Amino acid sequence: METKKPKNIFKYGAISSEFIGNSIYKHQTKTSIGAHNIFLGQVRADDIDRKIVAAIEYTAYEDMANQKFHEIREAAFEKFDLTCMHIYHSLGTVKAGEICLFVFVSSPRRKVVFEALEYIVEAIKADVPVFGKEIFEDETHQWKKNT
Amino acid sequence: MILTIKYFGQIAEITQKDEESLTFSGNLISELLDLLHSKYSGLKLKEFQVAQNQELVTLDTELSGAEIALLPPFAGG
Repeated sequence: METKKPKNIFKYGAISSEFIGNSIYKHQTKTSIGAHNIFLGQVRADDIDRKIVAAIEYTAYEDMANQKFHEIREAAFEKFDLTCMHIYHSLGTVKAGEICLFVFVSSPRRKVVFEALEYIVEAIKADVPVFGKEIFEDETHQWKKNT
Repeated sequence: MILTIKYFGQIAEITQKDEESLTFSGNLISELLDLLHSKYSGLKLKEFQVAQNQELVTLDTELSGAEIALLPPFAGG
């Protein structure tokens, strides 16, 4: 059964490949699933006026963000025939090249997971109050804005 | 009424605090923002949305909530 209460989807620091691999492994017992789809957001070493982004420091309005994640989750289950869905987002410092967002959807059939994943990731980018401070190699910073 | 105002990201850089309590007698979100703009002049240059009890609201929304948050542009993902 999928939980109906908002849960905390934030993890402190980068999301490790071990964690992601283990999540895939845990689904081997769910044999009604025929297709998984995974989105991994990675911190990009943007070059902004010759300054390179070394890391992003994430903060969030956590209560509202978890509520929004919950609404996105409920809407996705309503809209798509999903077996399960997991979202994890980093808080704190994530270095360039590390993973800051992990979205994992599973369904009996493949077409569903392609559509569902895009819907969920776009909703996260638009609706969830997470803030990102881009820290440059020279330790100055600017604030990231989703476009 | 007593309001808790929360500040995030670049907005918190301007207010120099993450949160404060204010006693306020106005009725609308816009009236509260007038007060905050006079208290923190740097806010005028910044883009932000307002949430009341964790829901986004507009300037003409009536103040009803105990918790108001000033949210700069989202950057999740």
